[in-house]
Amino acid sequence: MIELMDVRKAFNQGRHNELWAVRGVSLQVPAQQVTVLRGPSGSGKTTLLTLVGCLARPTSGRVRLHGRDVSGMTERFLTGLRRQTFGFVFQQFNLVRGLTVEQNVMLPAYPLGLTRRDLRRRAHGLLESLDLAEHAQARVEWLSGGQAQRAAIARALVNDPDVILADEPTANLDTELSRRFLDIVRDLKAQGKTLLMTSHDPLICQAPEVDLVVGLRDGQLD
Amino acid sequence: MTPWLQRQRHLIDFTVEALARRKGRNLALLVVYALMVFVLASVLLFSQALRREAALLLAQAPEITVQRLVAGRMDLVPAAHLERLAGLRGVASAQGRLWGYYYDPATQANYTLMVPLTDPPPPGTMQVGPTLARFWRLGVGDVLSLRTHDGRAFPLSVQGILPTDSALVAADLVLIAEADFRAFFGIPAGLYTDLVLKVRNPREVAKVAQKVQRDLPDTRPIIREEILRTYAALFDWREGMVMVLLSGAVLAFMILAWDKASGLSAEERREIGVLKAIGWETSDILAMKLWEGLLVSVFAFLLGYLAAYVHVAAFSASLFVPVLKGWSVLYPDFALTPQVDPFQVFTLFFLTVFPYALATLVPVWRSAVADPDAVMRQ
Ligand SMILES: Nc1ncnc2c1ncn2[C@@H]1O[C@H](COP(=O)(O)OP(=O)(O)O)[C@@H](O)[C@H]1O
Ligand SMILES: [Mg+2]
Repeated sequence: MIELMDVRKAFNQGRHNELWAVRGVSLQVPAQQVTVLRGPSGSGKTTLLTLVGCLARPTSGRVRLHGRDVSGMTERFLTGLRRQTFGFVFQQFNLVRGLTVEQNVMLPAYPLGLTRRDLRRRAHGLLESLDLAEHAQARVEWLSGGQAQRAAIARALVNDPDVILADEPTANLDTELSRRFLDIVRDLKAQGKTLLMTSHDPLICQAPEVDLVVGLRDGQLD
Repeated sequence: MTPWLQRQRHLIDFTVEALARRKGRNLALLVVYALMVFVLASVLLFSQALRREAALLLAQAPEITVQRLVAGRMDLVPAAHLERLAGLRGVASAQGRLWGYYYDPATQANYTLMVPLTDPPPPGTMQVGPTLARFWRLGVGDVLSLRTHDGRAFPLSVQGILPTDSALVAADLVLIAEADFRAFFGIPAGLYTDLVLKVRNPREVAKVAQKVQRDLPDTRPIIREEILRTYAALFDWREGMVMVLLSGAVLAFMILAWDKASGLSAEERREIGVLKAIGWETSDILAMKLWEGLLVSVFAFLLGYLAAYVHVAAFSASLFVPVLKGWSVLYPDFALTPQVDPFQVFTLFFLTVFPYALATLVPVWRSAVADPDAVMRQ
């Protein structure tokens, strides 16, 4: 469903500090499966994830979604994709400080113009399933690492996206919590979601839930 | 509710949360902002109130006042002048006025003693202005003793208190009978302080004034419209002066507000990135920040304007007394009725709220149109 064709990404192009983070990657991310991008730090995993999730455009090459080339689309269109097709779980979670867990979870749904009641119903369903219901009114800065990640996952799911993108999801978790994360991954896969993660954690890469591991080094596939 | 309205509601909710989260910064901004509106609005309301007082004052003024000059100084007018002017063509009526100032050492102020042209109080009584009545705690029937020109005590009982519709006019006024006035100041019959003329055709006022000057070369006719212009010029000048003094402060505020509003904190920039990454449109973020700017500035505006209104209405703009000292010496204590002029309110609103809202938007826009991939690297 997601297809990368000879994708390249340069930072600071044309300047003395020009850097090619991704150098010609072609890849198919299978639908409703779990794919992991594995590679050492600085190999371009995060950059590749931003290109898939339409957070940035490739310098050259194509990104196709459902057979449609999205790399040349308007910013408005890409924003719509980020809102409806993708759910992001950032490495540092990027919850908005000062807001409650519930408010954070509802944030991506604000532009939809739903009523507050509908918003809260959605948020609570997700928090319930992720075991966070009792923290719904807690401010996010009071959460533990595992709780913060689950709040971030709930936020990624609130608009019911087809694709979940997670950057180093277990980097801040101990083994126990990492296993818990894999349980969630299994549930999401069972619901028919497509998952794409970056990781160099063997626990993730060798997990039975993972269907495909793609190696990356110096911006190219291994 | 339509989805668009729902959307705006969510954005406002988010904004209110955001304001609460940056309490210190927003509170400081609110205070400075409200203070500036307060000062500007005070000046505007105060001069507007003074203008109104002047207009009321002059509405009652005669079309032409005729004074007599002796050796370049104002002197009493003989009754013969009055007869002469009454017969002048174009003059509807001519009347002799009696008025003068009385310095009261107790209140350290000048009262205006006057014989009204119609319905004078009976001899031995007076009608007093509200300020005077308040100062001496006078009620109807009370007796106040003033000193005559030759030092005798001159008791007058209060027949009535004058209404307060124009504080500047009536504040220090004492109305007495003609006989009392002449006895009090020692002015013999047949002499007046000045003469007032009513003119039949308003367009002939200037012509009549010329005729007065020609027929009675020792007089000086004063036309109401000229006084009006002088007053207007005086108020404009005062207001202008205050505004110039204030413009420095306003400029300083603008710079501060611009700096505060345009400098996004790292936290805010991060937040914008996150919101964009999770699917907020650039327009949502701009709308959200616009709401934020509007909430702060509208609230500050209301706060400042209200404070200014109270300042002028209840405290007679006491903070500006040094600048407007002329008035306060002449009229020791007058209550002003501030006039809320919609156009003025709108101008002030536009000049303070609009630049601020704009200042908040520019940096947000710059930050919001950037690629949101930076959020991945935090
Ligand atoms: N915004 C940026 N500007 C300049 N260089 C960047 C930027 N983002 C990433 N890089 C560089 O691109 C390379 C790939 O980074 P990244 O995709 O984060 O790798 P990984 O996630 O595998 O650690 C690194 O060398 C990194 O320093
Ligand atoms: Mg990375």
